[in-house]
Parts: sequence; C-alpha cells; structure tokens
Amino acid sequence: MSQATKRKTHHLTVPVSASDIGKLKPGDIVYLEGVVYTAREGVYDRVLGKGHDLPIPDLAPISNVNFHCSPAASQSEDGSYVIGGVTATASFRFSKWMAHWLDLTDTKIVIGKGGMPKDDYAKILAPRGAVYLTTVGYGTGALLGRGVVGVRDVFWLSDLGIAQAMWMFDVRAFGPFIVDSDLEGNSLFAQHNDAIADHINSLYEGLKPPALSRYGETDDRKDEVM
Amino acid sequence: MTITADHIEEAAYQIMKKAAIDIPDDYLTGIEAMADKETGDLSAFVLSAMLDNYRAATEDRRPMCADTGLPRYYVKVGDNADMKSMVALDAALRKATANATHDVPLRPNRVHPLWRTEHNNNLGINAPEVEWSFEPDADWIDITTVHKGGLFGSDYRMLFPGDGIDGIKRFLLDTLIAFGKRGLACQPAIVGVGIGGSKDTCMQLGKQAACLRVVGDRNPDPEIAKLEHEFKELGNSIGMGAMGFVGSSMVVDCHIEVGYTHTGGMPVSVHTFCLSSRRATARIHSNGEITYRTDPRWFTPYMRREGIT
Repeated sequence: MSQATKRKTHHLTVPVSASDIGKLKPGDIVYLEGVVYTAREGVYDRVLGKGHDLPIPDLAPISNVNFHCSPAASQSEDGSYVIGGVTATASFRFSKWMAHWLDLTDTKIVIGKGGMPKDDYAKILAPRGAVYLTTVGYGTGALLGRGVVGVRDVFWLSDLGIAQAMWMFDVRAFGPFIVDSDLEGNSLFAQHNDAIADHINSLYEGLKPPALSRYGETDDRKDEVM
Repeated sequence: MTITADHIEEAAYQIMKKAAIDIPDDYLTGIEAMADKETGDLSAFVLSAMLDNYRAATEDRRPMCADTGLPRYYVKVGDNADMKSMVALDAALRKATANATHDVPLRPNRVHPLWRTEHNNNLGINAPEVEWSFEPDADWIDITTVHKGGLFGSDYRMLFPGDGIDGIKRFLLDTLIAFGKRGLACQPAIVGVGIGGSKDTCMQLGKQAACLRVVGDRNPDPEIAKLEHEFKELGNSIGMGAMGFVGSSMVVDCHIEVGYTHTGGMPVSVHTFCLSSRRATARIHSNGEITYRTDPRWFTPYMRREGIT
C-alpha cells in the first residue's frame, strides 16, 4: 500500500532522550528498543492512591516509557513467563493519575489505546516534555508480542493479577505506534475528529425525527422527551 | 457410537486456540478489499498493519489480540446426536476454557463485576456463556467459540413502528459514530443489527448476527438483504475509517436478524465484531471424528423458524 510506506518512521532507544521526543510529530510512526514498563489503574492506585513506594526507586534511567497494557501471559513450570499477545487498553480512564505519575517517574512517553483528552496533552503531558503514542488497530497483539524479547521483571503479580501487574519488558523493534500528541500539545485524534465532524449533520438530513426523544438525540437533560 | 465429554473437550480446546490465533478467511478477504479501496492514508496504514498482524499471529501461533474479550460458546446439538450427558458437555467446555487460557496463553479477562476477583482461567459465575440450539435430522454436535471484546461498540434502543427504517438508520449512525471515534469499536467491524423480539432477544439476535455469520452472507429475506447492503454503505459513508481516522473503512459487512416483536414496539440493537474477529467452529461427528471450520452455520432455516410451524 503506497500510502502506508510514506509515513515518517522513527526507531528510538529507551530511555528516550528529550531531543528524540522533540522530533515526533502527530501521524509519525515509532518503533522502540530497550525497556518498556506497564502500569494502569492497579499500579497507579497502589502507588499514588495508597502511597506504596515504586518497586524500582529510580525507574527513569531504566525506562521512561509507560505502556497502558495487559499482556496475554502465563507462567511456565520453570518460573519463566510466556508472553503471547500484547495489546493496549483505553487510556482516557487514567487521565486523573497522569500529572502525578509523570512527576513521580519522569516518564516521557505514554503508550495506550485511543489517546487522552486534548486538554491533557496541552496541560499535563507537553509541559512535562512527554508525548502520547497510540497502538495501531487496536489489535496488533501478535506484532507487539513479537517485539517483547524478554520479561526483565514483574512486580505485584500476586496482588494485582496478570492484567494489572507492573511488567518490565525488554523490547526490540517494538511497534508500530502512531504519534498522537507532540510537545506543542497537538492531538492527531482531535484533528481527525474535527475533520469528520463537519460532515456528520449531513448524514442525518432527510431522516424523520424520532417518535420518542432521549439521550442520543438530545444532550440537554432538561429537554422534554417528546 | 457415542459422543463423549473427551471429544467435546478436545474440540473446544482446539477452537479456543484457532479462534485466538487464525483470522477467519472471510473476514481477511473483506479487510483486504477495504484496504485496497481506502483513500485515508492513516486508515490505510492501520489496515496494512493489521494484515501484517494476522500473518504474524498465524506464523508465531500467538494470539492476534491480547484482549481475550469474553470467550464464550454456541452449541448446536443435532436431534439424533448420541451424547449421554449435557452436564458433562458443559463441564468439558469449562475445562477446555481453563486449559486453553493457560496454554495459548490467553489473557484471563473474567473478573467478578463487583469485587474484581479472578481465577486466572476465564471461568466464573455465569461464565463462560453457553448458548444452545438444536437441529433436526442431524447426529453431530457443533460447537462455536467467539472471543469478542466487550467494552465499546454495542448499544440497544427501543424504537417504535412509526420510527421505521429512518429510526433504525438514526440509531445505527449514532452508535457507529459514538463508538467509532478514536476507533474504540476497533473498526472496521462486522456490524450485527438485531430487530424485534423482546429486549433480551433483540440483544441476542444482534450479537449473533455480528458474530455467527460470515462476511458476504445475506439474510434469506431479499428485502432485509437489501437493508444489510444499505446499512453497510451508510456506515462507510460517515467519513470515518480505522481508529476513527478520516477514511471509509467502518463496516466490513452488515448482518440483520429479526424476531417477531410486541405490536407497539420495534426494539433495535447494534453490535460490532472487531478487527480481531475471532470465531472458530468444530463439528463432532457421531463416530467421534472432529472437523474444523470458520463458518458457524448457526442461522439454519430451522434456527430462524422460517415459515409459521
């Protein structure tokens, strides 16, 4: 596919440097090499909500990439881990934790599904020199699984379970990811939403109004239903 | 010759693996055709990456998506099938689910809805779901597993006869646009639309329409078949492609199933079966032989109770 090959592609080493982050523009493609850690609500709540220490006090020199992910993993009889597929989970749910988490860990890349509100990029990520990358599809579980070449460590597995534990993955050619936000606080998703929104009203033109109104047809909760 | 619980367990274990790893041919062909037509460059990039992903999954024998969804079963029992215990059949499905979860591996997704407790095996209270149907003049048992994500892309609305087809289109557009934004529905999807029945039947019909019919299949009622085509075109005219990027790839195909409903109402449900449309079927023959396929053949004429009797 000709369009697919035209996209600017970056191969970055983790920990990712400030100058590498600065080069990323919305719509660019990224592959990573180094260590990527997973953290989602289970880890955020444990550290930021309940006040537990990070399992690694100095995380950023090892990894400054937070993946909103739950792997398909199982433990072998020899104690090692088999990682099958790796897929992101929807990031908007973690919005409230981000500012504190970035401050605490010095994380510079957040990866997940579906992006975060544009305001978060402008007010939380960009001022801290951080950007958001989205997984593709959202089901490139096999490609991302291939990119995980080893499990360096896993924390809180028995307390939080496979899906919520903090995994430290050694990764190589880990991707593809699409850059959603840049250091100016732009959002690729928001740009595309705006482009599509112009056309949406015309899709409903000519369709008769509903017999009974309800949320969906009106956003104003004070409106009568008919 | 009797069909035993061992046959059932083996068949269920294999389809759990196949569903998780191998994209069904009908869906693959549908996505390839959409990729050729897609003019939105980011949406085209996404489809191209997904095609790479299907190949990687099959080559490596690893799941195409790490979100296992909610693995569940559809069982069709031939009227002449010689299976002594349906409780044993059910137990075999549970055992296969736990074993496949560990071996593939699949992500253990099932948790208690309130206490969030889990057993790391995709089993629990009322899980996995097993739906039953029967087929006359047959001595086999068909088992289909579907792994479908569950958070985004499905909705239900009670419409009324006066809303007509316009009302259904309005609801379909609302659902596709709401969940298509940022690609939360993981489109392009097989869209299932359930029309009629009681509320729960309406949800069930739409879900089965999305998950148990293959791309290219048409409803036997020619007028409904026309609507399926029209709804597909409507979805693809929104201007939204994969991941909610500008494009045209929203609906790979649309399937409609109907059920007779209350004279005053027209309930409608919409379901999207995602970019990792995972389904696989096994037929356990009366001699214990097991054959595998990707078309569930769930909606037989008998299943729809075509005609009045």
